[in-house]
This record gives sequence, C-alpha cells and structure tokens, in this order.
Amino acid sequence: MDGSSQSSLAIRTENVCRHYQMGQALVRAVDGISIDIRAGEFVALLGASGSGKSSLLNLVAGLDRPTSGAVIVQGNNLAALSREELAKYRLHAVGMVFQSFNLIPSMTLLENVELPMRFAEVDRHEREELARQSLARVGLGERLAHRPMELSGGEQQRASLARALINRPKLLLADEPTGNLDSRTGSEIMELIHSFNQSLGMTVLMVTHEQALAEKYAGRMAHLADGKLIDDLPNASASARPGGAL
Amino acid sequence: MKLYDVTDLAVRNLRESAFRNSLTTIGIAVGVASLVAMLSLGIGLQQLASRRLQKSGLFDTVVATSRRDLRNFREQREDGPPPANSPALDEGARQKIEHLPGVVEAYPDIRFVTEVRFEDKPHLTMVAGVPFSAKNNNDAFDGMQGSFFSSEAVPEVILQRSFAEELLGITPKPGADSTNIAELAKPLLGKELTMRYAERTELPSSVEAAGGAAYSVVSRQQVLKIVGVTDLDPESMRGAARARVFLPLKLAQSLHVMQPSDTRDPSFSGAPTYPSISVRVKDPNQVPAVEDEIKKMGFGAFSIVDATRSMRQFFAVLDVFLGIFGSLALAVASIGIVNTLVMAILERRREIGIMKALGASDSDVRGLFFAEAGAMGLIGGAVGVALGWTIGRIINFGTNIYLERQHFPPAQIWSVPAWLVLGAIGFSIVVSLLSGLYPAARAARLDPVQALRYE
Repeated sequence: MDGSSQSSLAIRTENVCRHYQMGQALVRAVDGISIDIRAGEFVALLGASGSGKSSLLNLVAGLDRPTSGAVIVQGNNLAALSREELAKYRLHAVGMVFQSFNLIPSMTLLENVELPMRFAEVDRHEREELARQSLARVGLGERLAHRPMELSGGEQQRASLARALINRPKLLLADEPTGNLDSRTGSEIMELIHSFNQSLGMTVLMVTHEQALAEKYAGRMAHLADGKLIDDLPNASASARPGGAL
Repeated sequence: MKLYDVTDLAVRNLRESAFRNSLTTIGIAVGVASLVAMLSLGIGLQQLASRRLQKSGLFDTVVATSRRDLRNFREQREDGPPPANSPALDEGARQKIEHLPGVVEAYPDIRFVTEVRFEDKPHLTMVAGVPFSAKNNNDAFDGMQGSFFSSEAVPEVILQRSFAEELLGITPKPGADSTNIAELAKPLLGKELTMRYAERTELPSSVEAAGGAAYSVVSRQQVLKIVGVTDLDPESMRGAARARVFLPLKLAQSLHVMQPSDTRDPSFSGAPTYPSISVRVKDPNQVPAVEDEIKKMGFGAFSIVDATRSMRQFFAVLDVFLGIFGSLALAVASIGIVNTLVMAILERRREIGIMKALGASDSDVRGLFFAEAGAMGLIGGAVGVALGWTIGRIINFGTNIYLERQHFPPAQIWSVPAWLVLGAIGFSIVVSLLSGLYPAARAARLDPVQALRYE
C-alpha cells in the first residue's frame, strides 16, 4: 500500500480475531479477518446470524478488544488504547446506530441527542442548539420534548441517527439499522444514512443481513461466515445510483 | 463530564426510582437522626455539667494559701521561699492578688466549725462566708428557696438542704424521695438561729507574749435570720470541708472568728491573716497564668484544672460511645445504599452500555453512581439532622416535665451545635460515598458489549 492510500484509509483490520470461551467450547466469533476500508466508503457486512458481523463491528467501534491481530482506525491501533482512550475514541471518532435504537427511555429526544455532548463537556446552551439542529436535520424538529416510547420505530431510529452524528464523527457504524423497521421506514433510514455518506463524506460500515438493502446503498459488500471473510466485492449496482459510491 | 451534568443526571436517575431511593434515603436519615440525637444529648449533658462546675468555681478559681500554713499541703515545696520567709496572706496580699491581670475578685476564705442553736437545740456544723458576687455566680443560689442576702454584711444566713433537714429533725431514708425543698424551707424562712463562735481580739500593746503573739479569745454569739434554703450544694466540690451554713462574707470578716492558722502563725502582728484566698479569674484559660503569678508572690496556689480535664476526658469518651451507638444505624443504612445502587446497576445495565457506546468513560459512569450515593447522603443527612434535632427536643421536653414534677429546676440536657449539624451531614455524605464505592466501581467496569445485549 502506497503513502496516498495509507492516508485515505479509514479502517484496517489485520488478521483480527475475537475468540471467547463458552463453557468448554471456544467460540471464534471473528477469526483472522483482514480488511481495508477507505475514507468515505459505504461498506455493508453481510452474513447469516452468528457469522461474526456484529462482533467485527464491535471491534471497530472500540466496544470490544481483539484476542489477536490489530484494528487500526484513522491511524490508531485500538488494541493498544487504554479504557479511557477507547472511551474518547468512541466519543469523538465513531457514531453508532443499533437495531434496537438504544435511546434512553427516561430522556426526551433532545436530552438523548445531547447525551454524547455531556460526555464531551460541551457547554449547555451550545449543545442544546446543536441537538435541535441535528434533530431538525432528520425531520424531528417538532418532537424534541417527546420520549422515545411516544415515537414510532422509524422516528426512534432517526433520533438515534441524530445522536450518532452529534459529535461529527468521521465514521458511522450501523448494526442492523433497519432490523426493527418495516421496509418503507427502513428505506427512509437507509436514504438518510446514504445521504450522510454522500454529503458529509462519512465512512459507513453497516451490518445487515438484507442483501437487497446492501445492494441498493452500499458501495462494497463483504460477506462473512463462521467468523471469516468469505468475499469482499465492490457493488456494481450501487455505482449506478445517482450519487452512488464508486 | 462536568459537575453540573453529573449532578443533573444523578438527580434524574434518583427521580426515576423515586420510591426505592426515598426508602434508602429515609434509612440514612434515621441513621443520622440517631447519631445526632445521641450526640446532642451527650453534648447537652457535658454543657450542663460544665455550667454547673463553672458556677461552682472549679473552672475559674485559684485558691491562694499562705506558705506559712502548710497543714493542707505537702511537707516542703521546692518552688518558692521556705515557709518562714514567705509573706503573710493578709489584706495587703489580697489586694495585690486582686490587681493581678485577669483576676475578677479575690476574697478571703473564711470558714470555721461552730455551734449553731435553733429553737434551743445545738447543732455543730461548718459555717462559711459567701461573697455577695456569688448571688450571680453560683447556680446553687439561682434556684434556691427564699432569697439571697439583702446586703453585703447583714446578719442573715442561707442553709443547705441537709442542714435544714437536721434543724427540722428530718432524717432522709436511703432510697426514699427527698423532701420537697419548698416544704422544707417554709417553716424555716424568717426564723432566727444563734451562732456561737470564738472571737479573736487584740490585746493592748503593753501585754507581751514571750516569743509569740498576744491576743485573747472571747466567746460570742450572733443572731442570724434564715433567708434562704438551697437545694443544690454550693460547695459540692469541697468534699469534707464544705459548709452547710452560709453568711455574708463581710459579716464573717467583721466577726474576727478565731482561725486555726492564728495559733500557728509565728509573726502574728495583730492584723488579720487568712488561711486561704479564693481568686476568681475572668477566663478559665487564664487560671494557670494567675496561679503562676500568685506562686511568684511567695504564696501557695492551686486550682482544679486537672479535675476539669478529667471531666472533659470522661465526656469525650461518653461522646465517642454515644457516637458509635448512633453510627450503628447509619452503618445499617449504608448497606441499604449498597443494595439500592447494586439494584440500580442491574436495572440500568443496558443504559450504562448505551452511555459507554456513546463515549462515556469509566470515570463518567463511576462519577454518576458516586453522585447518586452522595445525593442520597446529602438529603438523608439533612433530613436526619432535622429529625435528630426534633428527637433531642422531645427528650429534653420530656425530661423537663419529669424534673418539674420532681421539683427540680429545668435543665437543658440537649444541644445541637453548628459543628454537629455540619459534621453529621458531612459524615452521612462520606458514609454514602464509601457505600457507593463498590457499586460505582462495578458499574464502571461493565463490559459495554455485554451491557448492550442485556434486556
């Protein structure tokens, strides 16, 4: 890899493994995966349940540590970071959306979106303004004072997206973002994610088991099975989309 | 996270489980209340004893004695001149002592054993002169029956309860309730008694005594009107030398009662000398300095500072014991805090996972649980102090009702000083934070991946 490609590299995993013991059995959730993702790419991780997609995503998110190998994100080897440094990495470098939205039920949407900025010690008035703007951008400008339970699944996922982007990360990690949504709402969410990828130049790594969604939005599709990378191919159909990747 | 945000999130979390957190906080409040009530009573009793001792002259009195009269003291003291060369403890010396810095008054200690006749029956007792200032400085005279002496040298007398009982022929039975002081005083107040005493008079200068003093001793008697009967013993700290009949000091001085020291003083010149002088000092802290000054003048001096130190030590130990018993309830409450916070971790496991995924550090999560524990400690502490204060007041109120029924003067046996309020709240917060240590550490160490999987 030459110098220019090094600089545009957002994520690199080098023979990364995540093994854990479950009773007598050794589970190889991620088993020697090496993959490079360039800045601004939209990559879908596909595979059946238990194939290791989410485990790999957790390693890239800094939520988990590899048993061996290296996960290098924006030049930082996550395995070498301390717990505090990993927390800072998650706070500033990564935005995450989950299948089950993971909004805090006791907080309003505005408070949920503000939460990462509390950890970043952003001034109270500034963070409120930023949270309002972020919610307005995902079409929830009128639902600031609502609690998650008062919203539809699609709205909750949009709020979750607003929260993921509030600290302006370079990397968006999405774990089955449409898994709990109907197809129409799922498409709306995917359009939003795609638009962030296109307009903000964010690198997107998305876990999904829906081949059709991946084909429609991702620029590259990596298939996993039994913790191993089976294939990693550019998505020809996505490049045909207006503003599509690659 | 900023302190404001930690506090805000902690308060929000406490509100979310308001019922359970309220119960835990009430547990802390009861613990703090028990601590405050115990200590407030300990402190109140200490202050009561201190007031009593202070008014008895223990704290602020130095007794100056003539080194020529060593009957009460050790054989030969090394500090100061030998007895033969030491100055006489006379009126001149009294005035000098009275002018020492920090001295309020210095008065001769006049006391003698003599016969007092009441309704033609003789009674032998110790009689003492009391300065007029004792009216306000000795609480035994505050709550007495009758009144204090009407003037400084009037032939009036105040009796101590035991002597009043003796005059009336009442013998208190051990274990039985003592006679009501008001009933005891009623038949005595206004009556007269006759005191017989030995007056020392100077002989004409023509009479010479070979190598000694020349004076005569004349038997006299003085009629005295009973004006008061004290319930408390004004001289409770004097032990065997305590008097049971009190005269105005100026009257006692004017009687020139023969003192034991008169026969022993080798340089008796006719001017009265005193066996001892009581020196009242402005501030108990000045007692050692005044004592030193008096010793420098060539007199013996002693105070009962050591006795008060022992008393303070006793109350310090009492306070420690009361504090320990009071803290037991707080210790139990601290287990409640641990339980509540551990339950909160289980309930909020997923929430902690979300916060960690969003970038919360271990210290953010730890700080949040600490803040919750601290907030419960603060609220519990404040409520507990108020509760303890109320309990103390109720006990004080009940005690005073009992004292009133027993015809005792009211007493303040309860005190909540500012340091106790702040100390109890601070202690409550510290105990709560210590209780939060384990749950906070456990929450901080939660694995975010596991926590996010938790339903």
